Amino acid sequence: MVETGKRIAPYVFISPFLILFAIFGIFPILYSITISFFKWTLAGPQDFRGIQNYISLLTTDPFFIGSLKTTFILLVFGSLLQHVFAIPLAIVLNDQKVKGRGFFKVMYFLPYITSTVVIALVFNQLYEQNYGWFNFIIENWLGLEGVKWVQNPGAIKASIAIMVNWRFIGWNTIIYLAGLQSIDKVLYEAAEIDGATGFRKHWHVTVPLLLPIIFFAVSMSIIGGMQLFEEPFVLMKGYETMGGPSNAGLTSAYYLLGTGFNFNRFGKASAIAWILFAIIMAMTWMNKVVTDRLQR
Amino acid sequence: MDQKSSSLGRFGGKTILYAILMVFVFIFGFPFYYMFVLSTVPGTEVYRNPPHIFFKSSFFTNISALFDDIPFAINFFNSFGIATLATVTVIFFCTMGGFALAKYDFKWKKPIFVLMLSTMAIPPFLNIIPFFKMMIFFQWYGTWLPLIVPGMANAFGIILMTQFMQSSIPDALMDAARIDGLTEFGILTRIAFPLSRSGIAVLGIMTFINSWNNFLGALVMLPNINSTTLPVALSKLFMQMDGDRGGLMAGTVLAVVPLIFVFIAFNKQIISGLAAGSVKG
Repeated sequence: MVETGKRIAPYVFISPFLILFAIFGIFPILYSITISFFKWTLAGPQDFRGIQNYISLLTTDPFFIGSLKTTFILLVFGSLLQHVFAIPLAIVLNDQKVKGRGFFKVMYFLPYITSTVVIALVFNQLYEQNYGWFNFIIENWLGLEGVKWVQNPGAIKASIAIMVNWRFIGWNTIIYLAGLQSIDKVLYEAAEIDGATGFRKHWHVTVPLLLPIIFFAVSMSIIGGMQLFEEPFVLMKGYETMGGPSNAGLTSAYYLLGTGFNFNRFGKASAIAWILFAIIMAMTWMNKVVTDRLQR
Repeated sequence: MDQKSSSLGRFGGKTILYAILMVFVFIFGFPFYYMFVLSTVPGTEVYRNPPHIFFKSSFFTNISALFDDIPFAINFFNSFGIATLATVTVIFFCTMGGFALAKYDFKWKKPIFVLMLSTMAIPPFLNIIPFFKMMIFFQWYGTWLPLIVPGMANAFGIILMTQFMQSSIPDALMDAARIDGLTEFGILTRIAFPLSRSGIAVLGIMTFINSWNNFLGALVMLPNINSTTLPVALSKLFMQMDGDRGGLMAGTVLAVVPLIFVFIAFNKQIISGLAAGSVKG
């Protein structure tokens, strides 16, 4: 009786995950492949198009090609740039001699727990052309010409990238800090005996040992960055604007949602989702190859 | 002489170090400060040059303006209700799943664990279109269910709880309970749950914050401003018109303050929970 219970119990306990994953994980994935091969509107499937949705997206759809460019630019200057800030911050905060580390961690992490909508609304005020803090500082303190943060196509990309950096630097700092705490202190002492100090010590000891964590954090940034949606969507005010002037803020995920829920083109939207998924997988694999090569 | 200059150099280095750390405190803190300031500025005076830096006294005027702009009570109730139900169900099902992986040996344990890790790599956008169709078919569209049920037993939560429970529940205690006639479910509820309180706290707080901030799900499933959550309602207010900035800023404060309190009260657990998940996972 006890033995039977012990044998069956783990399957019962884990079954909610398996059931929910079958219904809300596996089934929608298969369904999504099917939808992507059809012209599919609100009324349901119209006609079978094979891979035509994919071909037209990749060859003749200027919005999609443009959205991929926007997504890549924001991936580099929004999602990947933040690691350049996060790693040094984590190294500094890992030093036991630095006082107030708890305070710094809390302050740096605060943006991450804040809703993206709130972030976009507050930054929208900071970006305001004539009455915002950004332009006030640029015009009055630096003596330069103010920037049209949410009107000028180039500036729109910068506005979004700044918001992404602001939100996630602290998150990455905490991840790197956790990784640093698992590095053996003896290695630092050995490096110091060999005469390495300061920057060189970290470049030769810390960074190589941190590579697995860097791989993890960069992978998360790639997955998140390729799906960037909320920041541009709110800042550029929704589906109708299609990413604002010259579609400057139209990321691929934004275009996917607009294609699906504003234009009701579900087949095309599903094809976008699969192209994005393929790109994410390819980039994560590339990240893995580079990390492995560096580790050798 | 030498010693003096080097200690001076160290002092200078330290000052620069703290200065850099404080610059980042300012960068991350100022938008919050500015949000609080703007929530107290009368709606008609928000646009001013130089921009505002000090608090004004119109917070409650702005709040009542916000209540005219959006059905705030409904939006807040939806946000709070969805986040609470999501938290309770996630705690129950993920602790249960984590218990299975942490404290039992069974044939399919390894494959199930690998399956869980791989589900975390599936981007949510891949499923959003078919998920929408399914929710209409289930007649769940426009209800709270799509925002609660699919994530109840999620891989992240189960793996987090597995890590906590591996060390916090002694095998001997479970065997003793079996001899005393407790069923396996009884062991889960009477021994595993109480002994994993600290893990449950981390999981619960993180689930509540994520659910409260879930924008995409609420945008797609609850698009009507009269039946949606606070973040979506605020975004709709922002997109509708350019006039009432005072009400909007008061709304952002009300949407953020509950989370800031939760975060400051539990910051050690949240930060350590995140760190544990990333380094071991």
